[in-house]
Amino acid sequence: MRIPILKLHEYLLITIQVDLDDKTALQFQEDLLEKIHNTGAKGVVIDLTSVDMIDSFIAKVLGDVVRMSNLMGAKVVLTGIQPAVAITLIDLGIMLKNVPTALDLEQGLDKLKQELGG
Amino acid sequence: MNIQSCVEVRNEWDIVKARQEGRNIAKELGFGSVDQARITTAISELARNIYLYAGKGRIEISNLDSSGKIGLRIIASDDGPGIKDIRKVMEDGFTTSGGLGAGLPGVKRLMDEFSIDSKENEGTEIITTKWLR
Ligand SMILES: Nc1ncnc2c1ncn2[C@@H]1O[C@H](COP(=O)(O)OP(=O)(O)OP(=O)(O)O)[C@@H](O)[C@H]1O
Ligand SMILES: [Mg+2]
Repeated sequence: MRIPILKLHEYLLITIQVDLDDKTALQFQEDLLEKIHNTGAKGVVIDLTSVDMIDSFIAKVLGDVVRMSNLMGAKVVLTGIQPAVAITLIDLGIMLKNVPTALDLEQGLDKLKQELGG
Repeated sequence: MNIQSCVEVRNEWDIVKARQEGRNIAKELGFGSVDQARITTAISELARNIYLYAGKGRIEISNLDSSGKIGLRIIASDDGPGIKDIRKVMEDGFTTSGGLGAGLPGVKRLMDEFSIDSKENEGTEIITTKWLR
């Protein structure tokens, strides 16, 4: 299974809509970095509105993908984290420090525009 | 009412299967969305540990009904290498695999009751319960 990555102007948009297994998560990490490289995208929004569970493995993959993308010169914003997911992440002791987040896709794009435009 | 589910964990897909199974049962028992997420996350952590460290094992999920109190119990068991120093693995950040080391201490916080029974070279059994409030 592969997670589709959409390109919109200089942005990449990803909406995660499957229950992520480990292989799919790692494949996504690889695909996204490849896509950043090929398109020269400057901003990425990963929308997690449909994700109802983030465990320590998926949290690590997401945190890593943000840092790796930064190394490649692209900013990543995570959007739409559900209340229940936010609560369980804190229970797990995972703060996703230095990972930019926004309420929804629209605000995520605004955030990127501000950071990149300024 | 007696709900019983047993998922054999041998690969990544079984981790997904076990947590979906857990979410369904949690829903059925009347847990709210936050506790459903907690239970699902706990199962995911335990199933992944089995897959990573023991190779294979099983996740059993059942309902408890003790003097009117409803609960969901998870038993994660394997015949793997066991855990040498239980106190150590319960520390936040302790990992032997380059993970976050958040799994076991996290499960303890996500659930209400938690116990580990492990013998080196014999295996590990973790029993953890969430009560319906
Ligand atoms: N079923 C098991 N059998 C043998 N050792 C285990 C088992 N479960 C956990 N361990 C040991 O306990 C350590 C801590 O586990 P824990 O789940 O807390 O963190 P992790 O798996 O290393 O990282 P994370 O879960 O954050 O990705 C593991 O690194 C491993 O050495
Ligand atoms: Mg773990």
